[in-house]
Amino acid sequence: MINNSKTGMTLIVKTITRLTVGLILLFGIYIILHGHVSPGGGFAGGVIVALSFVHLMLAFGKDVAVAKVSKNMASNLESIGAMMFLLIALSGFLGGSFFLNVLAKGSPFDLLSAGTIPLSNIAIGIKVGVGLFAIFLALVVLERAK
Amino acid sequence: MELHILLIFMIFAAIIAIEEKDLLSSVIAVGAVGFALCLAFLILKAPDLAITQLVVEILCLIILIRATINKDLPLVIEGRWIFNTFSTLGFIAVFLLFAWLALKELPGFGEPIMAVVKKYLQESVSKTGSVNIVTAVILDFRAYDTLGEATVLFTAVIGIMAILRRPGRKK
Repeated sequence: MINNSKTGMTLIVKTITRLTVGLILLFGIYIILHGHVSPGGGFAGGVIVALSFVHLMLAFGKDVAVAKVSKNMASNLESIGAMMFLLIALSGFLGGSFFLNVLAKGSPFDLLSAGTIPLSNIAIGIKVGVGLFAIFLALVVLERAK
Repeated sequence: MELHILLIFMIFAAIIAIEEKDLLSSVIAVGAVGFALCLAFLILKAPDLAITQLVVEILCLIILIRATINKDLPLVIEGRWIFNTFSTLGFIAVFLLFAWLALKELPGFGEPIMAVVKKYLQESVSKTGSVNIVTAVILDFRAYDTLGEATVLFTAVIGIMAILRRPGRKK
């Protein structure tokens, strides 16, 4: 399906996309995971992850992107991200209050530090990335349903 | 006191917006409610919310008025260029005057007005363990706001999915 020349853009765009789309996805995941030690975080990283799938869809046509992330999977992941964030919020009650940072703080500048903040970043990253992609998918795929 | 006047005004405007038969008058009454809400935010010492409310309100009002009026509005420009030029220059002068007055009051860089900012800057690393202070603020000190923001995005996705979904099978 990827080498089908009828859907999507020209061969040049497809070749460049094949080389870059993985790097874009990886960069988004890096931004999400390092949200507490460097600029970035769940929102910014989630947008980059969503853009990598949008890139795939623009270059190869909608079928390839839908094969990677279907609409049901998108809405499920979106809900899972929201529930994860809410669970992290509720886990603050283990220490006494809503959104309390209950895990160990660790030492600054470590990847595993800052308690629940990296977990919140991952939850928001999943939610934002999949949510934005779901909006794009809905606008592209569901447009002709009349 | 001002708050109560504004609230009564908003209630009356909302009732007018519901009861009015003419769509355009109804839209303008809704706009009045929005601007009164903007003033209420200002009185409650939340200028950031007031600015957001003002921008959203103006955008929504323009879109709603554009949607309710079917025919194109006449645009008269010929023969009035002197008036147009001078009114434009006048508004630019008023804008620059107020911008100058406002910019004079801005605090210097690194000297925040609010005491809570200094607390964030000094204690964020020791209290949260996160070296990125922005992340520390949005995911620890003000995480409740972030939950609301995430809910807004979630609602937007649900709304788009619901509006653009395939209609039920009627074959």
